[in-house]
Amino acid sequence: MKKILAIVLVLCLAFVCAACNTGAPNDDPKVDDPKIDGPGTEAPFKVGVILVHDENSGYDLAHIEGVKAAAAELGLAESQLIFKYNIPEDETCYDTAIDLAEQGCNIIFSDSYGHQSFMMQAAPEYPDIMFVACTGDTAMFQPVDNVANVFPYTFESRYVSGVVAGMKLKELMDEGLVTEPHIGYVGAYPYAEVVSGYTAFFLGIRSIVPEAYMDVQFTNSWYDPIAEAEAANALIARGAVIIGQHADSTGAPGAVEKQREAGKEVYSVGYNVSMLAAAPTAALTSAQNNWVVLYKATLEKALKGEPIPTDYAAGYELDAVMISELGPSCAAGTAEKVAEVIAAIKAGILHVFDTATFTVNGETVASFLAIDTDGDWVGDTGEAIENGIFIESVLRSAPYFSLDIDGITKLN
Amino acid sequence: MKHRESEHAAGPVLRIEKRTQEMRGYMSWGIRAGALIAALLVCAVIIWAIVRINPLRVYAAMFQGSFGTKNKMWVSIRDICMLVCIGVGLAPAFKMRFWNIGAEGQILVGGLAAAACMIYFKNLPTGVLLLMMLPLSAIAGGVWGFVPGVFKAKWNTNETLFTLMMNYIAIQLTAYFVALWENPFGSNTVGVINGITRAGWFPEILGQKYLLNVIIVAVLVVGMYFYLRNSKQGYEIAVVGESENTARYAGIRVPHVVTRTVTISGAICGIAGFLAVAGASHTISTSTAGGKGFTAIIVAWMAKFNTFVMVLIGALLVFLDKGSIEIATQFGLSDHVSKMLTGIILFFVLGSEFFIEYKLHFRAANKEVAK
Repeated sequence: MKKILAIVLVLCLAFVCAACNTGAPNDDPKVDDPKIDGPGTEAPFKVGVILVHDENSGYDLAHIEGVKAAAAELGLAESQLIFKYNIPEDETCYDTAIDLAEQGCNIIFSDSYGHQSFMMQAAPEYPDIMFVACTGDTAMFQPVDNVANVFPYTFESRYVSGVVAGMKLKELMDEGLVTEPHIGYVGAYPYAEVVSGYTAFFLGIRSIVPEAYMDVQFTNSWYDPIAEAEAANALIARGAVIIGQHADSTGAPGAVEKQREAGKEVYSVGYNVSMLAAAPTAALTSAQNNWVVLYKATLEKALKGEPIPTDYAAGYELDAVMISELGPSCAAGTAEKVAEVIAAIKAGILHVFDTATFTVNGETVASFLAIDTDGDWVGDTGEAIENGIFIESVLRSAPYFSLDIDGITKLN
Repeated sequence: MKHRESEHAAGPVLRIEKRTQEMRGYMSWGIRAGALIAALLVCAVIIWAIVRINPLRVYAAMFQGSFGTKNKMWVSIRDICMLVCIGVGLAPAFKMRFWNIGAEGQILVGGLAAAACMIYFKNLPTGVLLLMMLPLSAIAGGVWGFVPGVFKAKWNTNETLFTLMMNYIAIQLTAYFVALWENPFGSNTVGVINGITRAGWFPEILGQKYLLNVIIVAVLVVGMYFYLRNSKQGYEIAVVGESENTARYAGIRVPHVVTRTVTISGAICGIAGFLAVAGASHTISTSTAGGKGFTAIIVAWMAKFNTFVMVLIGALLVFLDKGSIEIATQFGLSDHVSKMLTGIILFFVLGSEFFIEYKLHFRAANKEVAK
């Protein structure tokens, strides 16, 4: 017994000594020099970022890289950024926002839609700190000034990814490999952000193949690889030849790649990240957000002490959205067509939601009230259609296009 | 420790023997503390070997992340209260050898009852609302315990499977109500309920948001301690747990005791749902229980149903959980590292029970080394 005790004690001692010596070289980045100051402030300017997952999720990786790149461009050091990973959309988000505020953050971002109500809960307690809920949609109704929403014009990049899909569909039909222009779409939740996205994608396809039609299957989760794969398989079983997605995993592209291995002529259009690693032959491209643009614009204003707009959104015009590298399966001439479409969007010639290009119940839509003020989830103010164009993400940053247009069938 | 035999004859190198006498309290606690220290040492070696970060700094960061500031401390206390509340709820059922795996479901239905009150009676004053929510949550959780309890008592159904199945019913029920109450429309989340009016939220007491959680759980901890130890019903639970035949012979109505105890167990877990909704998240989702109903099984077992010890175990688990978020931020160590550390620590602490229950005899030394 004594011997064992002695050994344990010696081990403890050795460990403590080792710990003290070896610890020194790897210094904690957070205890370092207080010299790095934000311009014009006494305490260093600090940015807090609340992330729903970590760098293993494509969506969160895009945010992490966006914040880091924006901070670097604005001369902020890494030590001025505090990332909080894997924060669920519950009271943990509120706790984390309060913690970041206590650590002296001047501005706090959250990256997931479900974080917003907890950010709103924290904001009144720290009126001097800016709380920005990315992809949120309720800041405009808040009685407090220090909350804001930002959102990229993802519908623009979805439209362009739809053009890529349309080019492929046309090629397949011209070659006689496919007879039915049937598209499938794996959506997360059935609300405006997703509806706006798949409608834009569909209109992009229809700009190339006017007779195309689409089925949408919802998974009721932002990230569920198994459900997304199952939805893709179900859509393919119904006859879909191209599967688009608004969900954060590689579930759908992976499933499409497997179906290809089994001899089916099917392709995939992804979201957030290039899907070429998960689906080398199936992936055509992915719609992407370039978050650095939005983070930089917001941080720049915060650093200068300028007011931050309650809603901020940007698209191709400011390079806030993009599509990923075209896969080897893309149809010939796709790159040229994509460049042409992007140029037209930038020039303001091409409008994604031109009411001349779609109908609802066989009729052209002339009026749409986008903003709901009385809490019944039906728009009662804010005319979104001007001169035949449905203007998306201008009345507020989060999408509000929620029309069920002809040609799209919701399966669940 | 008494040596009951001296063996010089050649036997197996290592012999394991169940302790016939219960170990004295300070000894068993010494072993548990030793296991914790050993676990921290092993973790330290692993941390250093893999990521070359001073383990002491990692531990310091974990402590800072869980108890470092006043606010963090209160958040941790709130979460400890939640775990302990469920542990207290599970204790009577487990002591009766009724495997209540259904705490998740009982928490969810309790939380649903609380959320329903907050949504449908938002115009009532908070005090009245809370007084209504507490019993309703307990009743909802109680029903979720009563059903498997009755089936066990009357038809001797397998309670492990039954309570587990009840969880799925509760999850589906919650999913239904989340869809019904969703805010904003289509988002499939309820969002913060009564965010502006704060109707049905726990009020601040002495400037502390979470003091009411502490008070409720403290009452339950003390109450359950004496209920199990000193009351007639507590004695009946112990006898039924030891041997149903003995209980029957002693004139205890076993089916009655089983049903009553499981209902109480469910009701307290229902109150945990009330704490989660009114005292912490102010929302409801299918992840409101978030696996805490299972984690609390560890809390209840490790504490040997001693409700005061549950507070210590709960604190350890919350420390590991909060600490993991902090080390991800400070050192960029991913979720997996902290899960590994939690695994190692639980392995050692749970493993130490072996040395408390059993004695080891080595042939050569002829001495026990377990301590």
